[in-house]
Amino acid sequence: MQQSVSAKFSDHDHHDHGHVDQGGLKVLGFWIFLVTDCLLFATFFAAFAVLRTHTNGGFTGKEFDVPGFVIETFILLISSFTSGLAVLALNRGNKKALIGWLIVTVLLGATFVGLEIHEFSSMAAEGATITKSAFLTSFFSLVGLHGLHVTFGIFWMTGLILQLFKKGITSVTKRKISIISLYWHFLDAVWIFIFTVVYLMGVM
Amino acid sequence: MNTSHFFVTGDPMIYGADASIVLVTLAIVFYLSYFKKWGWLWREWITTVDHKKIGIMYLLASLIMLFRGGVDAILMRLQLAIPNNHFLPSEHYNEIFTTHGTIMILFMAMPFMFALFNMVVPLQIGARDVAFPMLNAVSFWLFFIGAMLFNISFVIGGSADAGWLSYPPLSENQFSPGPGQNFWIWGIQISGIGSLATGINFIVTILKMRTPSMRLREMPLFSWSVLSASIAILGVFPILTGTLLMLTIDRLLGGHFFTMDAGGNPMMYVNFIWMWGHPEVYIVVLPAFGVYSEIVATFSRKRIFGYSSMVFSMIAISVVSYYTWAHHFFTMGAGADVNIVFAVCTMIIAIPTGVKVFNWLFTMFRGRIRVTQPMLWFYAFVPTFLVGGATGVMLAAAPADYQYHNSYFLIAHFHQVLIGGVVFGYLAGLYYWWPKLFGFKLNDRLGKWAFWLWQIGFYVCFMPQYALGFMGMTRRMYTYNQTMGWDMGWAPLNFISTIGAFLMGICFIFQAWQIIYSIKHGERDVTGDAWDGRTLEWSIPSPPPVYNFAILPTAKGRDTWWYQKQEMKQDGYKKEPVTFEAIHMPKNTGIPFIMAIFWFIAGFGFTFQWNWMGIIGLIGVAGTLFARSFQYDTDYWITAEEVEQTEKALGRL
Repeated sequence: MQQSVSAKFSDHDHHDHGHVDQGGLKVLGFWIFLVTDCLLFATFFAAFAVLRTHTNGGFTGKEFDVPGFVIETFILLISSFTSGLAVLALNRGNKKALIGWLIVTVLLGATFVGLEIHEFSSMAAEGATITKSAFLTSFFSLVGLHGLHVTFGIFWMTGLILQLFKKGITSVTKRKISIISLYWHFLDAVWIFIFTVVYLMGVM
Repeated sequence: MNTSHFFVTGDPMIYGADASIVLVTLAIVFYLSYFKKWGWLWREWITTVDHKKIGIMYLLASLIMLFRGGVDAILMRLQLAIPNNHFLPSEHYNEIFTTHGTIMILFMAMPFMFALFNMVVPLQIGARDVAFPMLNAVSFWLFFIGAMLFNISFVIGGSADAGWLSYPPLSENQFSPGPGQNFWIWGIQISGIGSLATGINFIVTILKMRTPSMRLREMPLFSWSVLSASIAILGVFPILTGTLLMLTIDRLLGGHFFTMDAGGNPMMYVNFIWMWGHPEVYIVVLPAFGVYSEIVATFSRKRIFGYSSMVFSMIAISVVSYYTWAHHFFTMGAGADVNIVFAVCTMIIAIPTGVKVFNWLFTMFRGRIRVTQPMLWFYAFVPTFLVGGATGVMLAAAPADYQYHNSYFLIAHFHQVLIGGVVFGYLAGLYYWWPKLFGFKLNDRLGKWAFWLWQIGFYVCFMPQYALGFMGMTRRMYTYNQTMGWDMGWAPLNFISTIGAFLMGICFIFQAWQIIYSIKHGERDVTGDAWDGRTLEWSIPSPPPVYNFAILPTAKGRDTWWYQKQEMKQDGYKKEPVTFEAIHMPKNTGIPFIMAIFWFIAGFGFTFQWNWMGIIGLIGVAGTLFARSFQYDTDYWITAEEVEQTEKALGRL
């Protein structure tokens, strides 16, 4: 769906006299950036795969809080759905609905980050900190890297909401919303892998 | 931390460096204030988003770094010239070989390469700028600030001394406490993010910004080489970012990715860093191949031989380069089957490379060759790279590598490919495109002096090192005793090698002199086509106006400018009347520079483990991004009349 959205926007930004379509360039550039971000996560996944059994006699994957990470997963998946609804509102040109769904997405994202912080701090309270074992180092780094991405996305989306209030739906804000929704779906996809590789394979 | 640890003390050379840094800084400040140049510096250079100016800044920075890395090389060679020498203390020697390697690859070769990207690609594909001009400026300032952060380490806090790739466990807190190693991490991390952004920028530029009539399979080969190098950057620089982040987590937060205890795995780092590090050397050599392709065709006055096979072999190199990393540590003990895969992949790379060399030679065959400065460097490249490549195949033979591993044979090999391939290529490109960017050629006579001294110096310096490797001398060896020196014959070879290093040092002086001399006396290029070129960059004035092309050019097949010139020479050729249109250009912005300053604050803070400062820096970075997002007034129009006046002033109407 995203691709068709971005293709649609590029028409709006098109200038005459052989000028380059800036909006389309930015969307393509962002896709390529996502490839690199994907590889960054892949590096941390690789390290986790190597170190997941190196628990140093301490905390193991079996001790993850199952209801905790399941709730986190559902919240993030729902936020991805609401960001999709925001893009649908954008395509209809409905500014109010667009801003509303973006605010819901931000709130869900913030809840996700809050739950993650809670999870990390309760693990730390049990003595499972980043310094205890290679397994925990790679766990906190991989999941924390994702959490930092989500946090960054929350601030970014908030900035875009402010811009929407000021500027309304223009070809520029349209492109910006379509890019952040790419980012948000990407983080969701990464989380699916974290959910599977880190949590499900951990508790199995 | 008190000041006695903050500043590096106790070494007369460091005091000399302190004094010269202060003096140079004062001189620059005085010059800028006295001639009231601060505004000029800010408006014309610091805030610029023009790819040509960014290219020039990359070039200048890389030449300064070449000087610094070269001084390090000479210090090392002085230390090794005679047995049992104590010219440098051993810790200082370790710092210098670490710095030399890091600077030459990351802060000399990479920016030199980006200088060529920026100076040439948009002109060659008929574009008015890169796809993301502001991001381009961000890339430059991140590189620059990263390089500065790395370079101040030798006067503040102490340099890294764990080797240019800083293997753990040596680079972990346990064995390398203190800020030196952190300087290395953050200097590379910050500039590496800039490199990644450049890779993205040029992929989009080449795919989307070509003048509408230029098809990908008719694009000049230098631009193809940039595309293939950028694809490789895209594939491997995230691994570098991730690996450095892991080492940071180990050092700053007490993690255990690569430690000896608590389940850490140091060899994982070695694997990761070479997954980036090996493709990295192909990244720097591919654009050099592109430069040779342009030069050979121009100076042989022929179309390049085997265009498609050139493109195919570059893409093949950038793909196969992902599967060679383990040849850096055959001795890890991964087993014969693993080693065979990597050995074979490494050897396979020699095939596309060989194809390219033959294509260049066939291009010259029956061409009307002009022996110019760029062509000289190509002549030097062929035999040098051939021998370097052949010793590379020797090293790639896994069982034999157990003998060569980490010996001076390896040192000689990689200097031969990196100097013979990369440095010669970039210098050839510099001489070739210099008139395009600056409007004058570099002096021939001084250039030939530099060229011949480079050649002699290079062979005198590195040929003895192959022999030393066979005689058992290992890399990073601080000194050797009298018995090794005289009875085993190491001393005479080392001494000869040092003489070669000095010869290469003299070349640098000649080249600096050549540039300064030519600013005043160099042959002016009034036509815009200094070498009777074949590609679009030669169709516009030198130096080009800010918008490059008043009218986007029409590309008719490969070597389009060459055929256009022939058309223009024919009788009855009539210049079509042109109508100018307004041109859309990006506005200058201070945000890239300010963002880089915040990166510096972040890097400096984390280096000294002052986390509050590091976090302030990162918040600043996020803040500048946020501020940029709110800027809507980011470009402007050059009116048709202005374009017409500029073109008239350049004698193009």
